[in-house]
Amino acid sequence: MNIYVAIKQVPDTEASLLVKDGVSINETDIKWILSPYDEYALEEALKLKEKIPGSTVTVISLGPNRVESAIRTGLAMGAENAIHIETAEPFPDHKIIAAALGNAIKQDAGYGIIFMGKQAIDDDSYLTHIYLAEHLGIPVATNVIAFNHDNGKVVVEREIDEGAREKIEMSVPCVVGATKGLNTPRYASLMGIMKAKKIPIKKLSLQDAGIAQLDNKIKREKLYAPPEKPQGRIIPGEPEDAVKELVRVLKEEAKVL
Amino acid sequence: MSLNYDLPEEAVMMRDSVRKFAEAVIRPKARELDEKQEFSPEITKQMGELGLFGFCIPEEYGGNGIGYVPYMVAVEEISRVDGSQGATVAAHNSLGIGPLYYFGNEEQKKKYLPPLCTGDKVWGFGLTEPDAGSDAGGTKTTAVKDGDEWVINGSKMFITNASTDACLGVTVQALTGTRPDGKKEYSCFIVENGTKGFEARTLHEKMLWRASITSELFFDDCRVPAKNMLGKQGEGFHQMLDTLDRGRLSIAAMGLGCAQGAYELGLKYAKERKQFGQAISTFQASAFKLADMYMEIEAARNMLYKAAWLCDNKRDEYKVLSTMAKLYCSEVAHRCVNHSLQLLGGYGLMKEYDIERLYRDQRLLEIGEGTSEVLRLVISRAIGCYKV
Ligand SMILES: Cc1cc2nc3c(=O)[nH]c(=O)nc-3n(C[C@H](O)[C@H](O)[C@H](O)COP(=O)(O)OP(=O)(O)OC[C@H]3O[C@@H](n4cnc5c(N)ncnc54)[C@H](O)[C@@H]3O)c2cc1C
Repeated sequence: MNIYVAIKQVPDTEASLLVKDGVSINETDIKWILSPYDEYALEEALKLKEKIPGSTVTVISLGPNRVESAIRTGLAMGAENAIHIETAEPFPDHKIIAAALGNAIKQDAGYGIIFMGKQAIDDDSYLTHIYLAEHLGIPVATNVIAFNHDNGKVVVEREIDEGAREKIEMSVPCVVGATKGLNTPRYASLMGIMKAKKIPIKKLSLQDAGIAQLDNKIKREKLYAPPEKPQGRIIPGEPEDAVKELVRVLKEEAKVL
Repeated sequence: MSLNYDLPEEAVMMRDSVRKFAEAVIRPKARELDEKQEFSPEITKQMGELGLFGFCIPEEYGGNGIGYVPYMVAVEEISRVDGSQGATVAAHNSLGIGPLYYFGNEEQKKKYLPPLCTGDKVWGFGLTEPDAGSDAGGTKTTAVKDGDEWVINGSKMFITNASTDACLGVTVQALTGTRPDGKKEYSCFIVENGTKGFEARTLHEKMLWRASITSELFFDDCRVPAKNMLGKQGEGFHQMLDTLDRGRLSIAAMGLGCAQGAYELGLKYAKERKQFGQAISTFQASAFKLADMYMEIEAARNMLYKAAWLCDNKRDEYKVLSTMAKLYCSEVAHRCVNHSLQLLGGYGLMKEYDIERLYRDQRLLEIGEGTSEVLRLVISRAIGCYKV
C-alpha cells in the first residue's frame, strides 16, 4: 500500500511568539518542529508499513523552504519518499492547502491510507484533514486514538466526549486524523538522520499541485496575544476576617457571587 | 576566506532527537535509578536503538561511523539530563568499543563489535588498579604465557560497565615481561564475561553516577586463549594511552552537557523564584552568575568541537586539544553546578530538584580519565615547560 502522511511544520511549543504586523508572527529566531499530532500520524503509518510487506510511506508538506527540515525529520523517522509543495506568502487558506495536498497525492501514485494530525498545534484549525478527504471524495475519521487495518478494512476508535469512544469502520482509501494516545512516536535514529539526508525530495509548485490561482476564501484579519493575566491578590488577616473580606470582594468587586 | 562555525544540519537534527529522547525516557527515571543505584540494561538498549553506540565504527561491524562531532553532541545531550547514562554512553563507546575496533584483529572485531553497537551488550576497560590510578605505569596485574594460553592474575578497580549480565567482556592491561630497554612490558587481553577465574563485583555506595555500573575485577589464574591478545605483545601501554586521548573527548562532552543542564535549571528557577518582591534573576549577583555560566559554556563548546573536528580529520594536534577540552569542560561544569545550586538555595539540596544530582555527577569529571592535576601536567609537558 502507498501510505501518505501530510505533515506540518510549526513553531516549537517552547518558543515565545511575537506578533509581527498584526496578522502574522515574527519568524526570526523561532525553532521549528514537526507538529506533534503529525508525529502520531507518521508513527501509525510506519507501523502499518511494517505490517504490510511492500508498502511505502511518503511524507508530504506544503510551505516555504524551511519546511524541508520537518520533511527531513519525517524521513529520518522512517518514511522513504517525500513531496514538498513550495509556497511563499501569501499562504493559501486551509481549503486550498487541502486541495493542493490531495492533487499532489493523487498525481503521485495510487494511494491507500492518508494519515495526518487532527490539527496543527499552531493555528489549531482542525480543518485540513477533513477538507482533504472531501476533496478526494473519501471517508475521514477525526480524533483517532486507535487504528487497525485488516483484510482491506480500516477500523478506528475515535475519542469523543469526555473520553468516551466511538468505533467505526471505513473503506480504503481514507483519511485518518490522529490524536494523542494513538501511539508513542519513535525517535529519529542517528542512522535514520544520515539516510534521510540522501533521499531526494520531490518539489512541486502550487501550479504543479493543480492550484492555478490563489483564490483564498478566508483572510486573517488580526492576530493578537492573550491579555496578560492580572496579578493575583492575597487577602491578609485572621481566617475569620479574611473569609469575610473574600466574600465581600467576590460579591462587590468581582461580582461573581 | 571564512570560517564555518555552524554544526552540520544532520548534527542539529541529532541533537534534537537525542534531547527529546533524554527528556522523555531518561529524565523521568533518572532520580529513581540514582537512588536505587540501578544500572538499566533497558535504557542502554534504547540508547543503542537510537544509534548512540559505534560512532567511529564502520557499518560492517554494526556501527554508524558518523564520527566524533555527532558523538560529542549525543554525549552532551544525554549528560545534560543525567550523568549516569552519559557515563554509560561515554565509557562504552570510548573505552569499551574503541580499543576493540582500533587494535583488534578482523576476527575479534567481527565477533564482538556488532552486539556492542546495538547496546544489547556493554564492554569494560580495565586499566586502573587499587594501587595504580594516575600512575597507570604502576599496574601490577600480570599475564604469563602457558602453552597457547595466557594466565592472568591481579585485580582492577573502578571499572565501568563490567559487573552486569549485559557485559560481554572486558579489555585488561597486564604486565607481560620486560622490554629490551629494561622498561615494563604491558599487553592487553580480551576477557569474556564468564571466563573461569574472572570475577567482577559491583562497587556500591558511590556518591555519583549511581545508575552507571562500576566494578572491581578479580583475576585468579584466569586463563584466556592466546588469540585473545589485543594487537601485539608489548603494545598494551600505548593502546591504553591512545584510548585515553580519545576518551577524554567524551568526558569533556559530559562536562559540557552537565554545565548546560545546570545552567538551564538555574536560569529557569531564577526567573520564577521571587524574593523581596522580585525574580531573583534580576538581582545582579544572580544575573552575573548566569552570564558567566553562559559565556563559559560557549567557550567550552567551541574548544570541544574543535578538538572533535581535529580528531575526525585525523590531525595529531587533537591530543593536546582533547586534554585541554576535558580539563576545561569539567571545570566549567564544576562552576556551573555550583552557581546553579546556589541559585536554587535550599531547594537545590533536595533530591526533588535535578540540580542535586547534576551537582554530584559533575565531580568525577575532574578525576576520571586523568585528574585535573595530571592533565595540567600533560599540557605543560606539551608546551615544553620542563625542557629547559
Ligand atoms: C565511577 C568511576 C568510573 C571509572 N571508570 C574507569 C574505567 O572504566 N576504567 C579504568 O581503567 N578506570 C576507571 N576509573 C578510574 C579513574 O580513571 C581513576 O580514579 C583516576 O585515573 C584517578 O586515579 P586514582 O583514583 O587512583 O587517584 P590517584 O592517582 O591516587 O590520585 C589522587 C590525587 O593525587 C593527585 N596526583 C597523582 N599523581 C600526581 C602527580 N604526578 N602530580 C600531581 N598530582 C598528582 C591526583 O591528581 C589526585 O588529586 C573510574 C573511576 C571512577 C570513580
